[in-house]
Amino acid sequence: MAQITLDGVGHAYGGGKPATDAGYALKPLHHVWEAGKAYALLGPSGCGKTTLLNIISGLVIPSEGRLLFDDRDVTRLPTEQRNIAQVFQFPVIYDTMTVAENLAFPLKNRGMPKDRIAARVNEIATMLDLNHDLNRRARGLTADAKQKISLGRGLVRSDVSAVLFDEPLTVIDPALKWELRSKLKAVHRALDLLMIYVTHDQVEALTFADKVVVMNDGRAVQIGTPAELFEKPEHTFVGYFIGSPGMNLLQGKIQGTRVILDGQEIALGAAYPGLAAGSPVKLGIRPDYARLSTSAGLPVQVRRIDDLGRKRLAHVSLGGQPLVATVPHGMSLEGTQACVQFDPARTHIYVDDHRVEGQSLSEGRAA
Amino acid sequence: MTDNRVWDNRAWFFVLPVMVFVLFSSLLPMMTVVNYSVQDTMGQNNFFWNGAGWFANLLDSSTEAGQRFQGALLRNLIFSFVILAIEVPLGIAVSLCIPKRGWQVGAVLVVIALPLLIPYNVVGVIWQLFTRTDVGLLGASLNALHIPFDTRQDATSAWFTIVIMDVWHWSSMVALLCYAGLKAIPDAYYQAARIDGASRWAVFANIEFPKLRKVLVIGMLLRFMGSFMIYTEPFVVTGGGPGESTSFLSIDLVKTALGQVDLGNGAAMSLVYNLITLTVCWIFFTYTTHADQRKDA
Repeated sequence: MAQITLDGVGHAYGGGKPATDAGYALKPLHHVWEAGKAYALLGPSGCGKTTLLNIISGLVIPSEGRLLFDDRDVTRLPTEQRNIAQVFQFPVIYDTMTVAENLAFPLKNRGMPKDRIAARVNEIATMLDLNHDLNRRARGLTADAKQKISLGRGLVRSDVSAVLFDEPLTVIDPALKWELRSKLKAVHRALDLLMIYVTHDQVEALTFADKVVVMNDGRAVQIGTPAELFEKPEHTFVGYFIGSPGMNLLQGKIQGTRVILDGQEIALGAAYPGLAAGSPVKLGIRPDYARLSTSAGLPVQVRRIDDLGRKRLAHVSLGGQPLVATVPHGMSLEGTQACVQFDPARTHIYVDDHRVEGQSLSEGRAA
Repeated sequence: MTDNRVWDNRAWFFVLPVMVFVLFSSLLPMMTVVNYSVQDTMGQNNFFWNGAGWFANLLDSSTEAGQRFQGALLRNLIFSFVILAIEVPLGIAVSLCIPKRGWQVGAVLVVIALPLLIPYNVVGVIWQLFTRTDVGLLGASLNALHIPFDTRQDATSAWFTIVIMDVWHWSSMVALLCYAGLKAIPDAYYQAARIDGASRWAVFANIEFPKLRKVLVIGMLLRFMGSFMIYTEPFVVTGGGPGESTSFLSIDLVKTALGQVDLGNGAAMSLVYNLITLTVCWIFFTYTTHADQRKDA
């Protein structure tokens, strides 16, 4: 077990230092992956998640920076010598082998004695419910079972520094996805390994990981717990990407503890003395904390109501800007006129897409 | 499920053009051969019925025709076996060495494909000249080194030349097929193998070879057929000699049917020859389709 340190690791395909930031597939990044924790790398397709994962496993050598396993510099070490396990998006199985032989393969290649291999294979097969298929040919199995074998091969080595997952549940049936994800979580608790899990599915990331790294456009925009990502998105991208639907972002002008938006004033939960009065900002508020009401608050035009069963969401227009707000239980709407109320403590101010920390009004210090 | 198909035999009219085409393109020409294979003639277009007599001849090794046919068949099978045993492993080995990306790919593929683009007759001429003992680079050099080599006198030399010629001509095809098969293997397999710490041999045995099996079956079928029906190249190089040592089935057939105008034996030979190729084809076909089904199961 080890902790993994990224020391300014960045990568540009084609080699060399790119002239502009846009040339990076992965912009230089400092981060320490702590031993024994479960991380998720979350971001849209093409944001550099897989590149980062492949740099850690050694399938890609970064064009700059250093990669440390504990204190050992492994930046240029080939995959085989890194003691890393990785599971890929699509099942990779060895056609000619049985399930048991597949699981034993990484151990056999490293010269582990036969009886210990058998014991370990049994242990992993039990965790993944594969014991009944151990002696079957891997070739004839379903995609689900094949991916379980791939997962098993990733988990079978107990001495690895980390286990990396590259969207491993893509091919799995939705019903089984839940089961496998909680199984992985259980395996993580049982084996106490550093796990890094790449996904573009926020539910998967938030349920699996202790900490989530949100990536966009080759940059890690925020690293935090699921709660931090939800309550305090440091970047407008995080606000928009996490949550369903994402955070509302409204253009306005800051004025002390208020934001002026199309002539209307919105009260904030904090003061922003660092921002000049009248400078343009973005106000962020999650739909969960914007409530529709019949009388109190800012007047809005209701465009559409989405009934999601457990809650209703109103798509409204506030001074020409689109906004999604929660419709309280039991509220009935007539016509298109309504009002919206914001929870001041849950509002955030963004300048150039980055969150600005304010001085909390209730406690008189930085929140 | 209720059967609501419409029965209308007029639909056969749609099939008619194809049937007429097949009739003229293969059935009718074939029937003339069938016709000769069951009759005998003394000339003047007088034919009399000979039943299965010609076929019985071929199976009976005490007759001259039978002896020749069985000899040619045996030689042909040995030849096919030898060239498959060389070309398949060689083709795989070459395909593994072809670069996977970069400008080198195109250059290497063109060079490898060159022998395939040369007309069969020209291949024969090249090797005939190459192995001549007076002016041929190979033949003359070997003789200068006091290694006995003469395709016109010595059966071993003739066989050696024809096998090497076929390997030179056709290994490229196996290599290109295998290369296509290798390219179809997703990168993830190689990456997973690296993560799993597999040796180069383990990668070949557990990933590459199993994934190549399908193209290899096709490659072996094509090469078996090609070598089993080979005519032009050995005809140009050795003319089937010395003696009968390189007379394969098609060479012997031409000698019988055209050289000696032995129409009965020639026709019977043609049909049996045809039947053998069809049978082998059918075996390969059922094997591959069954292999697919087993995979799907």
